Amino acid sequence: MTDFQVPLWGYVLMGIGFAAFLTLLILYVRKNRGFKRPIFASPYVLWIIVFTVIPCLLVAYFSFTDPAGNFTLDNFKNFWDSNYNTRKAMDPEMLSQYEAMGLTLDDLGLGRDSINIDTLVFSLWMAFLCTAVCLLLGYPAAHIMADREFKLGPTLVILFIVPMWMNFLLRTIALMSLMEDGGLINSVLEWLGIGRQKLLNNVPAVQVGMIYNFLPFMVFPIYNVLNKMDYKLSEAAMDLGCDKWHTFYKVTLPLSVPGIVSGITMVFMPAVTTFYISRLLGGGKVQLFGDLIEAKFLSTSLNEWNVGSALSLVMMILILLSLGLLNKVDPDSEGGGMV
Amino acid sequence: MKIIKRFYVGLILFFLYIPIVVLIVQSFNAGKSRAKWEGFSLHWYEELFRDPNIVNSLIVTLSIALLAALFSTIIGTLAAIGIHAMRKKPQQLMLTLNNIPMTMPDIVTGISLMLLFIFTQVERGYFTMLLAHITFDIPYVILSVMPKLKQMNKHSYEAALDLGATPSYALTHVILPEVMPGVITGALLAFTLSLDDFTISYFTTSPLVQNLSTLIYSQARKGIKPTMNALSAIMFVALLALLLLVNKRSSKQEN
Repeated sequence: MTDFQVPLWGYVLMGIGFAAFLTLLILYVRKNRGFKRPIFASPYVLWIIVFTVIPCLLVAYFSFTDPAGNFTLDNFKNFWDSNYNTRKAMDPEMLSQYEAMGLTLDDLGLGRDSINIDTLVFSLWMAFLCTAVCLLLGYPAAHIMADREFKLGPTLVILFIVPMWMNFLLRTIALMSLMEDGGLINSVLEWLGIGRQKLLNNVPAVQVGMIYNFLPFMVFPIYNVLNKMDYKLSEAAMDLGCDKWHTFYKVTLPLSVPGIVSGITMVFMPAVTTFYISRLLGGGKVQLFGDLIEAKFLSTSLNEWNVGSALSLVMMILILLSLGLLNKVDPDSEGGGMV
Repeated sequence: MKIIKRFYVGLILFFLYIPIVVLIVQSFNAGKSRAKWEGFSLHWYEELFRDPNIVNSLIVTLSIALLAALFSTIIGTLAAIGIHAMRKKPQQLMLTLNNIPMTMPDIVTGISLMLLFIFTQVERGYFTMLLAHITFDIPYVILSVMPKLKQMNKHSYEAALDLGATPSYALTHVILPEVMPGVITGALLAFTLSLDDFTISYFTTSPLVQNLSTLIYSQARKGIKPTMNALSAIMFVALLALLLLVNKRSSKQEN
C-alpha cells in the first residue's frame, strides 16, 4: 500500500545509530568490569529509542518532506492554505490554459482554502468551552464534597473517580445510544408531549459528549486540593470577621489554584485532541482537529501523511507549550493521579 | 441550602452515570427497541458469541493484552531496576523519556508509531499493534515497580555480589522477590491498559486485524446495534473490575 522507499541514507543512519549504541554498551560494560545494575535498563533504552524517540523524530521528518522524501515547507504552507499542495501538483500548462479561458483558481475550487487553520481554531474554541463548562460545573461539586460537614463527600468522590478509568470510547457510545433518534431521551420527550428532537450529529451533541467524558478530570484534582487544604485557615478568616463569600474569594479560591490548573490541563488536552467523540456524536458533520489528522492518515486514499505529520507536529507543539505553562504555574503538580 | 448542594452533586452524578446504566439495562432487553422494555433476556449476549468477527477480535484483544503485559513487565521491571541504580543525570533523562508516552496525547503516539511502521515498511496488523501496546505499557510498569525499589534496602544487592552472587543470581534471588508485588501490579495494569486502549490500536493496526475497541468503533459509526450494547456492557464490567483490583493493590502497597 506504500510507494514510499526508505532512502539509502536512512538505512545508513539507522545502522550507525545501532552500532554506536552497541559500542557504547560494550565500552560501558568493559569499563565497569562486568554488569552494573544500570545495564538492566538497556533493553528499555533501546526500546525507547526505537519506539518513542525515533517515531517523534519521524513526525518531524515527514512534516518537512514531500512524498518523495525531499525537504520542503509545503506541508506547513498547506496548513495555512489547504489547497496549496493540490495546486502545486497541477500541471502548470493546464493551469495557464484554464487561465486563458478566463477561469480563476476559485472557479476551479483551488483558491486559498483555510480549512486546516479554521478547524484548529474551532477545536481550540470547543476545548475552551468544554473546559469552561467543566470548571463551572465541577468546582462547586468539588467544593461541596470537600466540605467537612458533608460526611458522604469522600464516598461520592469515588463515584467521580470511577468514570475516569472507564474507556472514553465506551462512554461515548453509551451517550450516543441514549441520544439517538430512537433512544431513551427522545422517548421521554415524546411521552412528555414535546416530540422527538434531533439530538445527534450537531455541535451541541459533540460539546455534551466532551463535557460528559472529561468532567471527572476537573472535579478530582480540585477536590484533592480542597480536601488537603487546612480548614483552620477559612475558620480563622471567619473569626476575623470575613463573611462567607469573602472567605471563599480571598482564602479558599486562591489556595485551590493548583487544583484548578491541573484540572484545566487534564480537560483541555484530551478535548483538543479527541477525534472519536466528534466522529460518533457529530456523525461526520462536526470536524475537529483530531478528525482532520485522522482523515489525513486513515480515511483518504491520497497519500497525505506528510501534511498529516505537519498537523500532528503543530498539535505536539501546542501540547508541549501548554504543559510547559502548567509546570510554570504549578511546578509540583502530580498530574491528578489517574490510577 | 444543604439540600440544594446535595441535589446538585446528585444531579451531576446522574449525568455521569445514566448513559452507562441505561446501556447495561438495554443489553438485557429482549426486544430490539431502545426505548421499550420487552422483558429480560440474554439473547444479545448469545448473539455476541455467534458473530465470528466479535469472537475473532475478542481473541486478538485478549492475546495482545496478555503478550503485551508479559513483554512490558519483563522489559519494564529490568528497566526500573536499572534506572533506579543510575546516577542522577541519566536517571532524570530516563524518567523524562519514560514520561513522553504518558503525557503525549494518544493520537500523537498512535500516529508517530504508524509513521515508524510506514517508514520501515512493516505492514500494519497484529504484530505492529502488539509492539505499540508494549510501548505504551512499559512506562506504567516502571511506575509500579519504582516505589518498591525505593523501599528496598540499598545495600542488599551489593551484599549479594560481595558474597559471591553473579549479577543475574542477585537479580532473581535478591531484588525480584522484594519488588514482586509491584511487578504484579504493573503486569495487571499493563493488561488492563492494553484491553482498554482504542486510539493507539486504531492507528497501528489494519482494518483486517481488529481488537474489540476498534471493532466497536467501526460498528458504532454505522449506528448502534443491540449486540454492541451487550459487548460494551461486558467490557465496562470487566475493565472496571480489573481497575478496582489494580487500584486496591497499589493503595495497599503505599501504606
